[in-house]
Amino acid sequence: MLKTQELTLNLGPHHPSTHGVFRCVLNLEGEYITKAVNHLGYLHRGIEKLAESRTYTQFIPYNGRLDYVAGMLNEWAYVMAVEKLMGITEEIPERAEYIRVIVGELQRIASHGIYFASMALDVAGASAWFYGFRDRDEVLDLLEMVSGQRLMHNYMRFGGVAADLPDGFMNKLDKLLNKLPAAIEEYEGILLGNEIFRARTVGVAPVSREMALDYGFTGPNLRASGVDTDLRRDEPYSVYDRFKFNVPVRQNGDTFDRVIVRIEEMKESIKIIRQAMEGIPEGPVMAKVPKVIKPPVGEVYSRLENAKGHLGFHIVSDGSTKPYRLRIYSPCFVNIGIFPEMAKGLHLMDAVVALASLDIVLGEIDR
Amino acid sequence: MQISNTIATGLKDWLMGMGFSATTTEMIATAVWTLAVILFILLNLIVLVWLERKFSAFFQQRRGPNRLGPAGFLQFPVDIVKVLGKEDIIPAAADKPVFRIASITLFITAILAWAVIPLGEGMILEDLNIGIFYFIAIGSTATISLLMGGFASNNKYSLLGGMRTVAQMISYEIPMVFSLLGVIMMVGSLRLSDIVKAQEHMWFIIPQGIAFIIYFIATVAETNRGPFDLAEGEQELVAGYFTEYSGIRYAIWMIAEYGNLVAVSTIASIMFLGGWNAPFGLTFIPPFLWLLIKIYFMIFLFMWVKWTYPRIRIDHLMHFGWKFLIPVSLANILVTGVGIYIYRMITG
Repeated sequence: MLKTQELTLNLGPHHPSTHGVFRCVLNLEGEYITKAVNHLGYLHRGIEKLAESRTYTQFIPYNGRLDYVAGMLNEWAYVMAVEKLMGITEEIPERAEYIRVIVGELQRIASHGIYFASMALDVAGASAWFYGFRDRDEVLDLLEMVSGQRLMHNYMRFGGVAADLPDGFMNKLDKLLNKLPAAIEEYEGILLGNEIFRARTVGVAPVSREMALDYGFTGPNLRASGVDTDLRRDEPYSVYDRFKFNVPVRQNGDTFDRVIVRIEEMKESIKIIRQAMEGIPEGPVMAKVPKVIKPPVGEVYSRLENAKGHLGFHIVSDGSTKPYRLRIYSPCFVNIGIFPEMAKGLHLMDAVVALASLDIVLGEIDR
Repeated sequence: MQISNTIATGLKDWLMGMGFSATTTEMIATAVWTLAVILFILLNLIVLVWLERKFSAFFQQRRGPNRLGPAGFLQFPVDIVKVLGKEDIIPAAADKPVFRIASITLFITAILAWAVIPLGEGMILEDLNIGIFYFIAIGSTATISLLMGGFASNNKYSLLGGMRTVAQMISYEIPMVFSLLGVIMMVGSLRLSDIVKAQEHMWFIIPQGIAFIIYFIATVAETNRGPFDLAEGEQELVAGYFTEYSGIRYAIWMIAEYGNLVAVSTIASIMFLGGWNAPFGLTFIPPFLWLLIKIYFMIFLFMWVKWTYPRIRIDHLMHFGWKFLIPVSLANILVTGVGIYIYRMITG
């Protein structure tokens, strides 16, 4: 007696393409997905709860463990929120703001570099993977110079940054910025211009403008779906209002567009760093802040444009040295929510690529 | 080739002198040859794996193995020793007998194909008059082994890998055979030594260039190498049909795949690149070496493609095979046939 049966495939948590410990249960008909269910929480460390038993300063390094490929931006988001709570946003020295912009944009390039690399690996372009990681590594070298650490920087402080830029940093940065455009051109050659890659990504897993807004997309994923928004331009924080840069927007919202938007953003980041290098003033890198951080009673919500989208921190203070409640709005968590909808009808091979194109980092999703 | 012939005749004479009958002598000589071929494949493997690692490292801007032996040359032998020491894990729910023999049958088909592949004039185990036909027939049976491995593992990823293998291999067998048909029509013989002899003045890559390209693409798919390595598909299927294999059983899969790679490269060199014929009158290099150079050139092409392209999607693969390769290879046969007919009319 012949009969057909749907195959239930448990993708993850131990699977090469789930970018960490993401688990997804797929129903397959042949190799086409009829239903997908996300299961999150395998990397849950209770970071939000941990914050309640740490002082404000002690919590800074935990941010590097959120989105561990863009630690600097996470620290910045947290520090910015606490500064807003303390009301010292205006007192931060300009040099510190410029340094923040430089390291933040470098971190964005590193994060997008790893995105390109893992994307390449998920379409089995192992060679392209190394190109992405090569450039990311050089960026990390610079961040190591600044902060002494490659991934978990712990560089931002309330009212400024931990240390001034080291000697020779500007030279090295200049050299890297001269090299990067050519390196990004190479991405075109090895992967993005490839016929097979285009066939695998163009028109695959499209997210319409309405769908993207309904699911609460932010950041590059939203811009790939045709919504022209960027916090750096629309509600400028720090000194972003002084720089001129474009916000790359694509219309189709398919896998290919999500990749291209990020590649374009890397180019824009280079522009921003160049302008920051020219405009950086001399001066102190720390504002005068009390040794013991005791923000006044109240609450604050502050967000910035992370490499993945809007990263928001909601902090409630009861006037003590520790946050009463800290809540993180994670862009990756929001973006992964569309995966079950997106995966319906996709081929298994394309679903893996579509998942990679959302740019998820499990450290931030599970927190 | 003289040397090998001398050794073969010397061995036979010596055995006859020992008082063996003619049949026994023939049997022993064949056994020795078989052993020599297997040794050739296995020794080749050391070079191949080393080359694959070095090439991929070169394409990926890294160094590759560089610790064991000169330039990491001994990495593969040491790896084999390592996998020999690994536990042989057979999943509890697997179909155990099939699971056990699946990797071995693939190895056997990889070795069997070598029965008719000449490595030089006279350096052949059995110069069958249906040589290339035998090679194709043996090559097709490899599919069964992959399917056995995929189904016996009782793993969903392996099952999907096995399904993909069957679809892919059956589809690409057809253009591969059709592409070889053009050459066979021009020679009028299925014997591989005849095919090489016919290329003394012109390699068949010139009149059969399209067939060569089709053959190359189809064999990339046949040997399950990138960008057509869908059956393994490590990004979505972990390792495809051999996900559950470990230790030496896994190593045998890999050895068999490399054996197939050398076999199809050799067939490409013999059918299209003139076999052991020296180009441009460079006869000071022995014919055996010429063939080896051509084989390794083909292998380099295979590796180059593998480490450059991303993986193709299975439905694109099917479309490409059925809607493009097969019609083009059929057209090639038609053109070849008409060409031969006209040539015979002119030359009488």
